[in-house]
Amino acid sequence: MLSSIPSDWIWGLAGGLLIGLGGAVFLLANGRFMGASGLIGGLVDRSGWSNWAERVVFLAAVFLLPLLLLPATGTVDTHVSDNWLVLIGAGLLVGIGTRIANGCTSGHGVCGISRLSLRGIVATVFYIMAGGLTVILFRHILGVI
Amino acid sequence: MRLIFAFIAGGLFGTGLFLSGMTDTAKVQGWLDIFGNWDPTLAFVMGGAIVPMAVAWQLVPGRKPLTEGSFPAPPEPRLGRNLVVGSVMFGMGWGLAGLCPGPAIASLSYGGMGHWIFLAAMLAGMVLAPSLRARLDRAVPAE
Repeated sequence: MLSSIPSDWIWGLAGGLLIGLGGAVFLLANGRFMGASGLIGGLVDRSGWSNWAERVVFLAAVFLLPLLLLPATGTVDTHVSDNWLVLIGAGLLVGIGTRIANGCTSGHGVCGISRLSLRGIVATVFYIMAGGLTVILFRHILGVI
Repeated sequence: MRLIFAFIAGGLFGTGLFLSGMTDTAKVQGWLDIFGNWDPTLAFVMGGAIVPMAVAWQLVPGRKPLTEGSFPAPPEPRLGRNLVVGSVMFGMGWGLAGLCPGPAIASLSYGGMGHWIFLAAMLAGMVLAPSLRARLDRAVPAE
């Protein structure tokens, strides 16, 4: 029966559990909210410099672990766009948007929804709708991505 | 001690993002693309991540973090315009590139040049955000 389930879904579920476990460790051990945009943004705009070391170590581990796992899994194609304008526009929108909304997929999505935060749920509904409409517009109508 | 736990948490987060396929922009855009060849993987990742986190939140009341300090305050009940405006902007960028802040970091070592360009623009956006937010608040007061 298990073999009829696409392996991508199982890897997704397993990876998701690890993501949630990471958030649980950060919360229960350090009392911290595992939101990627907040952890990065606090370093960028200096609002989080009082606990910079924790942020840097967390982000360094996020960067390092995939690098360490690569020899076991082989190369991974991320299918990233080669259109610099798309990447720059998207990066600016993600950077500005997550800081204005005070959260992204990990903060509002994983950490917010799991404690039934209305803000987390509303933010997630809006960024998923905006993301879906953007893909429709830029893939199916304009054909850019 | 806090730094060791931060490394463990970040390591689990990075490993999870990597193994789940969430650094593959095609899988993220495939999930958002309900009119295309829809890929449900992201829903499994989200569902899987919410379960341990929900258990963790249940352990919070009446306790202190293992190391020091205190737990985050309960969620703010007010929604506010910034939550909606910011989330819509974020969603547009997320859909365009298929990357959000966590996977943007996790994919840097193997994703190639495009990931570094996205990261640079995202960091620039984060530098600009406080003044843009202040300008938005002046132009159209939130309340």
